[in-house]
Amino acid sequence: MKKVIMGNHALSWGAQLGRAQVIAAYPITPQTQVVELLSEMCANKTLDAKFIKVESEHSAMAACIAASIAGARAFTATSSQGLTLMHELLHWASGGRNPVVMGNINRAMAPGWSIWTDQNDSLSQRDTGWIQFYCASNQEVLDTIIQAFRVSEAVMIPSMVVLDAFALSHTYEVVDIPDQEKVDAFLPRFNPPIRLTPSDPHAFGGLTSPEHYFELRYKLQKDMEKVPELVEETGREYEKMFGRYLGEVEDYRCDDAELIFVTSGTAGYTARVGVDQLRHEGVRAGNVRIRMFRPFPFEKVRMILSRARKVAVVDRNISYGHHGIFYQEVKSALYGGNHDVPVFGYITGLGGRDIMPETYKEIAQLTLAKQKPEEDITWIGVKR
Amino acid sequence: MSKEKKMKLSLPTEELMGSGHLACQGCAATLAMRYVLKALGQKTALCIPACCWSVIDGPFPQSSLGVPIFHCAFETAASSASGLKAGLEMVGDTETTVVAWAGDGGTFDIGIQALSGAAERNEDIIYVCYDNEAYMNTGIQRSSATPYGAWTTTTPVRHFKNRPKKDLDAIMAAHRIPYQATANTSYPEDLYKKAKKAKDIKGTRFLHIYAPCPTGWKSRPEDSIKLGRMVVQNCIFPLYEVENGEKYTLNIRPREKKPVDDYFRLQGRFRHLRDEDLKFIQAEVDRNWERLLKLCEPKS
Repeated sequence: MKKVIMGNHALSWGAQLGRAQVIAAYPITPQTQVVELLSEMCANKTLDAKFIKVESEHSAMAACIAASIAGARAFTATSSQGLTLMHELLHWASGGRNPVVMGNINRAMAPGWSIWTDQNDSLSQRDTGWIQFYCASNQEVLDTIIQAFRVSEAVMIPSMVVLDAFALSHTYEVVDIPDQEKVDAFLPRFNPPIRLTPSDPHAFGGLTSPEHYFELRYKLQKDMEKVPELVEETGREYEKMFGRYLGEVEDYRCDDAELIFVTSGTAGYTARVGVDQLRHEGVRAGNVRIRMFRPFPFEKVRMILSRARKVAVVDRNISYGHHGIFYQEVKSALYGGNHDVPVFGYITGLGGRDIMPETYKEIAQLTLAKQKPEEDITWIGVKR
Repeated sequence: MSKEKKMKLSLPTEELMGSGHLACQGCAATLAMRYVLKALGQKTALCIPACCWSVIDGPFPQSSLGVPIFHCAFETAASSASGLKAGLEMVGDTETTVVAWAGDGGTFDIGIQALSGAAERNEDIIYVCYDNEAYMNTGIQRSSATPYGAWTTTTPVRHFKNRPKKDLDAIMAAHRIPYQATANTSYPEDLYKKAKKAKDIKGTRFLHIYAPCPTGWKSRPEDSIKLGRMVVQNCIFPLYEVENGEKYTLNIRPREKKPVDDYFRLQGRFRHLRDEDLKFIQAEVDRNWERLLKLCEPKS
């Protein structure tokens, strides 16, 4: 069934098709339509779930974690300040191996108050042990939620599915909504090997001495390392059933590219337009849109970027005192390899300032004009 | 005719708590758990945030309890319990009693937002606060449950706590939850009865259990039961129930209301208080008691 829906509703549809059993959420702009539609779905009983209308995002995540421990599939959605309020609980979810799935609408952090997009909210959750996916279309949001449940439950690690404020959350697109039966065949019921029940009483998350703690974290990393392959397999199987493939990265016209952009989110779709325009002008450009940020798709990124003569990383985020965050990650992925491709770092679009096809043209001109980067941050569009 | 007399037991003999726990001597929080579990039975699941009980239970991979526990984040006892209840119901378990089991810091202070949220939604959980009147697990720092006049490591004697204990029971009553009660391990039958009653009610139930802490109160372990009796007899911590935030029932009315002095003299945390301080405290206790008696008067 094809429907014209907004990005936020793609999250709600994903949760319904994924048969989330417990939803605990708190409203925040620009996420509200996610919970509004889910409330309708629960009220209409098209979704058989308990919706706990909590008093904060912190409680939302706490409730999702506890529901997951009981063996229920749990879902929530938030944004920005709400996500960062959850920060402590993000560690609880991954550390406790609770495969909660969450939608996060990328919104810039206050102060000053902003409701517009950038990635600092979710990227500052980088080290919490969550799988992170960044989406560029409403179809991708819906498909990613369904796949995220499956990936998360296979490795018992939570997933965050991220989309840009307004640029995606409030943009209406045609979305193919798969049949429930087919989704059920793809995504069986959550059936964790261990769950909290009085019939087999255990203590979850108790005081853990240095004798045991280290191994728990080692295992989390080892299972995180299985995720790239799992995401590929899951994506291929999804493609077989639904005709759409999503992997760790999406590469566009990279095969013969001399300049490759590294992008994420909706800016990664805009980049494809930029690439086409540049190609039209004779510049062999390409684009790698990083879909999965954690775990970082080292192999894929190395493989694709090693073909380029220059790489331009476009960050809609910043690690203050360091550089653009994707820029750091890409450089770290390439370091020590046998390819010495110069990597240029660009920061643009903070707080929702538009990233246009022309932005990529400007970035291409700057990148092609130099042999090697002279600075780690080149600011695009900043008023000085 | 046999002269053998059999003692009548007032509590079930079934134990869901083992002796191998890690509590200090004279800890009333352990008794509270033991009695409450006797009332709730094995089909119980606990959410325990950071508090003494997150240590008392024993370290991973051990546990001294025969019921499952989710050791949850400090401020999430009520929200975790809400999620656990919803999760259990969604996987087909509608019978298990879900209990948030928190100390006074996790209830009066850092957990009050989640507690208020759960109570307003009338989540089907029992919230138990065992109240030892300070952050005992971290080393005796003041909480908003610490009474006026007390020494703690963050209210040294020269600057003892100069604000009264937060009236959390009134806050809970303002939420109009179906059932709430104060209780005390020195009155185990009363505590047992209240936990049992709470079990059979649907919606948010709140038990506020007074729990002497010899380590933090600088009292003798063998005085914990005595302190629990005194605090009811001198009306500092009266035993009462509230239904739907309105119907107050006083469970124990002392025949003769005792002065507070003896209670204070048994605890090192109050050693610095002068007679005039005690007079001030007595006046406050009297006022609170009168207020409670008014609330407990039958409505005409």
